[in-house]
Amino acid sequence: MATATNNRIRKDKGFNIASWIISALILILVLYPIYFILIASISNPDLTYAGKVYLVPKGITFEGYRTLLQDARTYVGYYNTILYTAVGTLISICLTLTSGYALSVPSFQGKRIINFLIIFTMLFSGGLVPTYLLMQSLHMIDTIWGVVLPGAVGVWNLIITRTFFEGNIPRELFESSQLDGCSHMRFFFSIVLPLSGVIIAVIALFYGVNQWNGFFNALIYLNNPNKFPLQLFLREILLQQETMSMDPDLVGAMRYKANLVKYAMIVVASFPVLAIYPFLQKFFVKGVMIGSVKG
Amino acid sequence: MSYKGKASRSRLRELRRDYQIYLFLLPTILYFIIFCYVPMGGIQIAFKEYSPMRGISASEWVGLDQFIRFFNSYQFRSVILNTLEISFYNLIAGFPIPIVLALLINQINSSRLKKGLQTATYAPHFISVPAVVGMLVIMLSPGGGLLYNIIDFLTGGNAGVPMGKSGWFSTIYVVSGIWQHAGWDAIIYIASLTGISPDLYEAAEIDGANKWQKIRYIDIPSIMPTAVILLIMNAGRIMSVGFEKVLLMQNAMNLSRSEIISTYVYKIGLIGMEFSYSTAIGLFNSLINLLLMILVNQIAKKYSNISVW
Repeated sequence: MATATNNRIRKDKGFNIASWIISALILILVLYPIYFILIASISNPDLTYAGKVYLVPKGITFEGYRTLLQDARTYVGYYNTILYTAVGTLISICLTLTSGYALSVPSFQGKRIINFLIIFTMLFSGGLVPTYLLMQSLHMIDTIWGVVLPGAVGVWNLIITRTFFEGNIPRELFESSQLDGCSHMRFFFSIVLPLSGVIIAVIALFYGVNQWNGFFNALIYLNNPNKFPLQLFLREILLQQETMSMDPDLVGAMRYKANLVKYAMIVVASFPVLAIYPFLQKFFVKGVMIGSVKG
Repeated sequence: MSYKGKASRSRLRELRRDYQIYLFLLPTILYFIIFCYVPMGGIQIAFKEYSPMRGISASEWVGLDQFIRFFNSYQFRSVILNTLEISFYNLIAGFPIPIVLALLINQINSSRLKKGLQTATYAPHFISVPAVVGMLVIMLSPGGGLLYNIIDFLTGGNAGVPMGKSGWFSTIYVVSGIWQHAGWDAIIYIASLTGISPDLYEAAEIDGANKWQKIRYIDIPSIMPTAVILLIMNAGRIMSVGFEKVLLMQNAMNLSRSEIISTYVYKIGLIGMEFSYSTAIGLFNSLINLLLMILVNQIAKKYSNISVW
């Protein structure tokens, strides 16, 4: 008996060590590619190409970033991305909060049919071309509205918001305020909103990150480079390199430098979100949890 | 004042109160009508020969011609097969990893390491698709650093340019997808593991269970329901594999294995300007998706009593 317990403890100890080692491996696997891009973006591209940059930057140069700083597209891209993210997130939050509240009101008739019509859009859609033709007839091509309006209400985010209201706004509060003749408008602004800091943060972050990293709407509905967000320029730089690398004669200084710019561009486009998410992580996780309750 | 008068007055008050609910809903309903339901009406061009001059309703009716053209085209087989290959591969390889990761993270008893590991594994989820594809393109080409050297070593110096090898496309897509999303997808499992009552573990310890046995008989059964539901949900989305990433990863060399339905719809429709043909292909795909979702939902209802609608 005693030896069995000892055996078990010894086995568990081995188990603990194994799980530490695996965790360390996972950490390296996940973080190394990001770290590599970061050090490669400030290393001498010849050394990177020769495979000499592994753990620390070598032959430090800021040429990649300097090229980006001299490129007007960087500023245009940043400006547009910030604009689209701010306007898009604001519109999305307003629509989601108001309709999420309406759909959470227990006494509201017609809830079922509206819920169904909204969820149905997740299952079936008009598709690419009919949506494009609509945007064309609304004259939204090459405008900010083409980027921020399609997809402005995420069905998933709406469900999360509704679930949050249903579970976190005390029913008694709602009922007593109704008895007192408090209007929905007033109830929403003076009771619901102040109690909803968490859900506002959650959906603002979901929408915001989506819009910042988003690329589909911009690809489809924008032709004018002055309207391009950062992610489209990232794609342009990527493709530029693609055609160059197919021509073996161009392998040389030009190509190395292009790689350097690409490393720098990836850092520039990803940095803001990667820098903030660790601090706001609990909100993102909370969003996933609220959503999981409803399956 | 009569009772009746009171009642009708309160109904009036109810109406006055409830019209505001419709006011709250109005913008969102308008949004769904304009951006979701109006395009559904536009699907009719799949059965027509759309001409921009005549507009959607006045264009000539051609019945199922566009669909027949697609079924008979030489692209049909390869586009469907590529879509199925990438999505099944993604489902089968990508599904178990978040579960394993969650079980592992749950085992760690140092809360700092646990938290650090979680934060680190979420990171790639926050990188945009163009940035991830950019990373793939550089790191998977000669001179791309450690990763390329390892692949080159494993293939005995025959790695070449992996992004240009059509046979590697689905693997690169799936593995990079796991790298990007496994940590994030593990959240839901970690949550249900955290919810397990400590009594269960204590009882198991008294019975002499070791860590493996605790995982096998407590942890895995308790996340099974979540896993089954997610598996079924993912199976319902099998034909809608990520358009953005595939499009960006495509190049002339891998196209024979990387052209999927959604990228084909994009190229035919918005680049080739064959609006009706593209809409027909898109509709064919949407209908399969819808059928799969309904089927999968029925299965979920039958076996787990949980369904989407």
